[in-house]
Amino acid sequence: MTTDIAKENPEAAAAPPPGAAPVPKPLYGHRRLLTRRDRVTLGLMATLPTILHIALVWVTALASVALAFTTWDGIGFDSIHWVGLQNFKELFEQNPQFWPAVQHNVIWFVVLIVIPTPLGLFLAVQLDKKIRFSRVYQTAFFLPVVLSMAVIGFVWQLVYNPDTGLINSIIGANEPGKYIDWIGDPDLNLWAVLVAASWRHTGYMMILYLAGLKGVDPSLREASAIDGAGEWQTFKNVVFPALRPTNTIVLVVTIIEALRAFDLVYVFNGGAEGTELLSILVTSNIIGESSRIGYGSAIAVVLLLISLVVIIPYLVSTFRKERRA
Amino acid sequence: MSTIAVRRRAPIRPGRVLLHVVLATMALAWLAPLAWAIYAALRPYAETSEKGYVSLPDTLNLDNFTDAFTQSDMTHYFVNTLVIAVPAVLLTLFLSSMVAFYVSRFDFRVNLALLLVFTAGNLLPQQVIITPLYRMYLLVDLPGITMSGKLYDSALGLVLIHVAFQSGFCAFVLSNYMKMLPHELTEAALVDGASVWRLYWQITLPLCRPAMAALATLLSIWIYNDFFWALVLISTGENMPITSALNNLSGQYFTDPNLVAAGALLTAIPTLIVYFLLQRQFVSGLTLGANKG
Repeated sequence: MTTDIAKENPEAAAAPPPGAAPVPKPLYGHRRLLTRRDRVTLGLMATLPTILHIALVWVTALASVALAFTTWDGIGFDSIHWVGLQNFKELFEQNPQFWPAVQHNVIWFVVLIVIPTPLGLFLAVQLDKKIRFSRVYQTAFFLPVVLSMAVIGFVWQLVYNPDTGLINSIIGANEPGKYIDWIGDPDLNLWAVLVAASWRHTGYMMILYLAGLKGVDPSLREASAIDGAGEWQTFKNVVFPALRPTNTIVLVVTIIEALRAFDLVYVFNGGAEGTELLSILVTSNIIGESSRIGYGSAIAVVLLLISLVVIIPYLVSTFRKERRA
Repeated sequence: MSTIAVRRRAPIRPGRVLLHVVLATMALAWLAPLAWAIYAALRPYAETSEKGYVSLPDTLNLDNFTDAFTQSDMTHYFVNTLVIAVPAVLLTLFLSSMVAFYVSRFDFRVNLALLLVFTAGNLLPQQVIITPLYRMYLLVDLPGITMSGKLYDSALGLVLIHVAFQSGFCAFVLSNYMKMLPHELTEAALVDGASVWRLYWQITLPLCRPAMAALATLLSIWIYNDFFWALVLISTGENMPITSALNNLSGQYFTDPNLVAAGALLTAIPTLIVYFLLQRQFVSGLTLGANKG
């Protein structure tokens, strides 16, 4: 896959001369040679997986959109009632958890992009220098990515527990009257969860950047060194611009992670005051006491719309490149 | 390559030493939460509640691990996870490689649209689709096929959603991979009269082995670690996979953090083993999809 990155290098990606004839497409697979049986086989190969994917992912996404304009207790189909925008109105104007949830999702993204992402880039650049023990460091930083979010939640609870946790025990806040309730205090808990989320995200970003750095043409760096550029200047003017495709991926991954954030908060405190998230609000309409399908779907639609703002431009740019290739 | 010459002349560079100090400190900080969990899990509850957690140990033993394992019937939940993860990984790879083959080796008009549908589907947050999916699973009656008689609360239901959701990512990665294979290979076989299925099964798939191995590692860890789908789509404690079962069990053990720590660590062991054995595959799997973009 390194060739893909090489294509992105400023030099290599020199635009084709205007007016140049488009490269003729190769005749893929000689379709004329396909027998009737081949066509049936091919048709099945494509349709079976597609039906499963569309039925479970896209039909449900569209059903979410449709149900968002209804009320439904989930029991029988005849209890579905069309209510127009009422769910959204109630959500925006009356639900005390909605706007905090939106805000927390935004904070989640901002924190991930501002702290663990540059940290991951920093680590990747250092470990890319082929220093000793590079493998050991890499494993240490990457270990959290292998753990499930639920396990991460349990591990960090041991750190944050007011009575028995590592932090309070060290700073002497584990006695009555001095408690710092990292998980219970609505002013603190979001940040406490975000430390755990960042702990994981750093390793993830490090790996993505390490792969990106492997694709940066070494001759570019050499040329820059010969020209007398320092390490920082080379990074700023040569390496970082060449990492553009990786940066795009990192941005998309981080936004999606921020929108999907769920497990960690669920294990920590179930999304109580201070850590509300859109994903938690959707889910609490299913596994909580109240089964308000329409209302839950309305929250899901908000989540869907925010995701599409990211997904569509990303896909457009990716597939435009694909077409050109 | 001038740096090599420099290094030879001056074996100890202050910059390098500083870098190692920084990296080692950070690495230790990164391992600290896990080390803390291990330390807590190795100590008996009676001792830590008396002496506090930040204290030197009198006893270190594996009792919490054996207790967590036996008291919570972990074998049962590990088996539940296996029953979900193994078919899910295999089916995902099988189905997504067929789609990838279709879109990357032939120039049908629907190819781009098809690939778009799969890729975009995988980028959606799971919570966007969960509400109707949950109702749908309750509606599908499967008497005699699943224990619950429905798609809901069954391993089959979890396998299906994992396959449907993850095949988006895999189809995208595999189609990129297949596009790099030379077309002459399959064309020659096609001219010789080989069937399409043969082109896929005997020529294309074997060439995709590295990508398939990477994806298999990645999928195993992802599906094993799944918490969300199981939380919503499984209601009976008995049927839960290990990660969501642990959440259930921790409620019963909340008075003994040491035991919870041991349970959480036990849950993590299979993924850690997979990671240490197949590190290369796992990492390349993560970046296979990412480098293209």
